[in-house]
Amino acid sequence: MSAHSHAGAIQKYIFIYLILMVLLVVTVAVAFFDLGALNLPVAMAIATVKAGLVVWFFMHVDHASVMIRFCVGASLVGLFLAFLFIFADYLTRGAAMLQMAN
Amino acid sequence: MSAADAVHHPDHQFDSPLQQRESLSLGMWLFLVTEVMFFGGIFVGYAVYRHMYPEMFHHMSHHLNVYMGGINTAVLLTSSLTMAFAVNAAQNGNKKRMVSMLLVTFVCSIVFLIVKYFEYAEKFHHHLVPGAHFATDPEYGDTAQIFFSFYFAATGLHGFHVLLGTICIAIFAWLGHKGHFPKEKYQPVEMLGLYWHFVDLVWIYVFPLFYLIGLT
Repeated sequence: MSAHSHAGAIQKYIFIYLILMVLLVVTVAVAFFDLGALNLPVAMAIATVKAGLVVWFFMHVDHASVMIRFCVGASLVGLFLAFLFIFADYLTRGAAMLQMAN
Repeated sequence: MSAADAVHHPDHQFDSPLQQRESLSLGMWLFLVTEVMFFGGIFVGYAVYRHMYPEMFHHMSHHLNVYMGGINTAVLLTSSLTMAFAVNAAQNGNKKRMVSMLLVTFVCSIVFLIVKYFEYAEKFHHHLVPGAHFATDPEYGDTAQIFFSFYFAATGLHGFHVLLGTICIAIFAWLGHKGHFPKEKYQPVEMLGLYWHFVDLVWIYVFPLFYLIGLT
């Protein structure tokens, strides 16, 4: 690794860090405004951008093999399935009760 | 990199240094996948109960200290940066910088734990710990304990990970100082870095989901 690319990596990390700090300030600032139904989606969108920056640059997924990218994808799919099936249950409980009452 | 590979022979079960490096990374990433599911369970449970008691969650979030949570977020993000520096230094065979960056990361993690201690002490003091002595606005009755159960489960499990990370960072700084991670064997430091960034990652979600929902 040449001296130039080493300095480049340090610069990149500092740049990412500054974006992360700005996003931290933004997420706190936004929390003081009531956006109604958008409160949660906006907070989660900012958190996901932050998480994405950490995974992609700090955890070196930008230079990672297909196998490791597959692991990142697998954890997202696993989380998605957990949310999907739990909410398929909880969100439809009221409707099922209503049908039974009729 | 290729020059280092030429002098570095892989352990006997591997065909090549590249395969050895890939195996280490893959093992660590598979561990992190299980960690995602571990913390994921708490977040799914949180989502279900927040869906059931949205106002209670909103109201109980007032009891958390946004400044302490915010400072801790900044501390963890900073420690992630210094950990990235440490891994970079290890990669480049700069032992002195690697050890000093690990030590800065160590100090950050200690700061995080100290702030967390004061937060927890405040919760005990105000009877906000679920159990026999729990006492808050009677309006929400016992359901208010649900919010704090998730708060302590999420931040407790996360805090335990920080504590383990802190111990590992201290050990790695010591071993690094003794010369255990030369340029051609820097990979354990990178694995420690992956773990530490993951801990940061969990907190990135914990902070808005617990501290920032009651500010409006």
